[in-house]
Amino acid sequence: MRSLPPLPLLLRALREPGAMAGFGERDWDLLLRQALASNLAATLGLLAEEQGVLAELPARVRRRLGWARTVWERHLKAVDFELVQIRRALRDTGLPLILLKGTAYAAAGLPAAAGRLFSDIDLLVPKERLPEVESALMLHGWAGTHHDAYDQRYYREWMHELPPLQHMRRASVIDVHHAILPETAALRPDPARLRAAARPVPGRDGYAMLAPCDMVLHSAVHLFSEGEYHHGLRDLFDLHRLLCHFGSDPGFWAALPVRARELELARPLCYALRYCMRLLGTAVPAGVIEAARGGLPNPALLALMDALFLRALQPSHPSCADAFDGAARAALYIRGNWLRMPPLMLSRHLFHKAFLSPKAEPAR
Amino acid sequence: MLTLASLGPRELRARLRGPGLRLQTGPFVTCVHSPLASLADSLGAMYAEYPVLEEGTLADFHVRLSGSTGLRRLLRPQVHFHYDGMAPFQPLPLGQAFPMFEWAMNWCVSSQAHSWLVIHAAVVEKGGLAAILPAPPGSGKSTLCAALVNRGWRLLSDELTLVRPGDGRVDPLPRPVSLKNASIGIIRDYAPAAAFTRPVADTVKGTVAHMRASSESVARAGEAAAPAWIVFPKWQAGAPAALTPVPQARAHIRLAENAFNYSLLGEAGFHAVGRLVETARTFDFTYGVLDDAIAVFEQLLAERA
Repeated sequence: MRSLPPLPLLLRALREPGAMAGFGERDWDLLLRQALASNLAATLGLLAEEQGVLAELPARVRRRLGWARTVWERHLKAVDFELVQIRRALRDTGLPLILLKGTAYAAAGLPAAAGRLFSDIDLLVPKERLPEVESALMLHGWAGTHHDAYDQRYYREWMHELPPLQHMRRASVIDVHHAILPETAALRPDPARLRAAARPVPGRDGYAMLAPCDMVLHSAVHLFSEGEYHHGLRDLFDLHRLLCHFGSDPGFWAALPVRARELELARPLCYALRYCMRLLGTAVPAGVIEAARGGLPNPALLALMDALFLRALQPSHPSCADAFDGAARAALYIRGNWLRMPPLMLSRHLFHKAFLSPKAEPAR
Repeated sequence: MLTLASLGPRELRARLRGPGLRLQTGPFVTCVHSPLASLADSLGAMYAEYPVLEEGTLADFHVRLSGSTGLRRLLRPQVHFHYDGMAPFQPLPLGQAFPMFEWAMNWCVSSQAHSWLVIHAAVVEKGGLAAILPAPPGSGKSTLCAALVNRGWRLLSDELTLVRPGDGRVDPLPRPVSLKNASIGIIRDYAPAAAFTRPVADTVKGTVAHMRASSESVARAGEAAAPAWIVFPKWQAGAPAALTPVPQARAHIRLAENAFNYSLLGEAGFHAVGRLVETARTFDFTYGVLDDAIAVFEQLLAERA
């Protein structure tokens, strides 16, 4: 096992937000850059406020954190507005509006929503209701994207979501999911179980979200099946905040490994706990680590995964990249696609994307 | 206070190539990295009197302008802009390094500095009172601004008007004034003593040259001003200089359209613009001759006194 270099400033700040009060101007110059590049600047400001140290920070640091916070506050308002419009659009379907990921954190006001920006609104509906949901959203102005016949087939036959729907006037994007992993992936957690356990968003009539364990597992499977890690640390921090928040509920920790096995998500849970503890110092009870151990890969593969994830989950800033950073991210990109579909299908898909799909318009 | 001129050309280049040049413009500190000698020379000429801060001072923006590598270096070399590792813009021909630096600096502020309402407008001051000149490109905004600052008005900015949402005052961001096409010759004739960069042809905006901000405007970059007039300028060949009042509601909408972050600021943006149109007089302004235009501005000032 290689020895780890000293933790980047951003990881130190996320692990122990109160320590921000002791950072000098030179530290901040680098810390702000790491946070901006990792999409965590607004989060950093809110953490400082939560810890009561915001007022102690240098004025120009507060100003810079404030700029990011303004963007986040505007984002939350826009999300609220879109959620109302979506509920209106889907009212006649009678479906519960199950929100996923960032949308759910924001709607429920979870700590994981603090400072977090996201581009799409994610919904979960039963597969057999997709056509109805899609036409209701289209009637309310959300039009399909990805019109190429191949892309349509890719989404509709193989993926776990419709092609993204974009509003014609406001440009907001909705991803309508019927599962949390592609149809073509080896792991297929049963979406009916996730929907059955979903619960109302407290204080928000007409919206639902996944149960705490499922929310954590979804976040984990999303992060650790991904191909791109520009937001790796941001997503890992989501997990950290979800674990810390739900960890105070009685029964959460005991239920988590059990639920992971039920949903065939023991391995993503292992990775989530392992890298949260390693990089963010998340307090995971020893019994849970033990109970989740069954999901770990063999030691050789685990060593490889450590080498990859401990790089890809660093702040996405040049100051945190070593010589192998590019290789690790490239390997994870291939892995992400590998997990999406069987090898033959993947090779056909990549061939099609490379040689047959119409090229995007060149930038002007 | 250390200024860019006091560094000397050798140290200036060493900082640009090494730890970065921490340049203060108005309320912002930008850390500039660049190996390009041509950019160092332009910075030396256009930013001589600006404060330079020591390494380790917190910078609001980290920018890098670099040349092409490999074969590109020999064949039509380009200048690349990087914002702390990200490349938000396509590269431009190498000769456009300084215009690109200026545009990138505008982008840094307009896309991020949300503690102000940032309006796409020139702004000048006299007697503590500010005249804001919002206008789309091609309306003669920068030409009028350049003329005013060569006839006794202080340059606050020729592109970005920074309005504080708290008290409605305008914070200066004096930087070189960007002139395009025919305006370059007009202002050179109008202000023979002013310093200009060499014109750069064939940019997306045509031929571009920059005029150095006056020493006084740079020295007083910390002095905010109270907005007194909002003037939407329009140059028309042969037109007499004429002000037409613009109703408040109409002026509000037009200011909002010219602001980069009006909708992002939400309620604070609405109130900031509302306060502007309530406290300032709002006009459409057509003019054909610069001296007549300046007389109109002096008249506005006299009416306030």
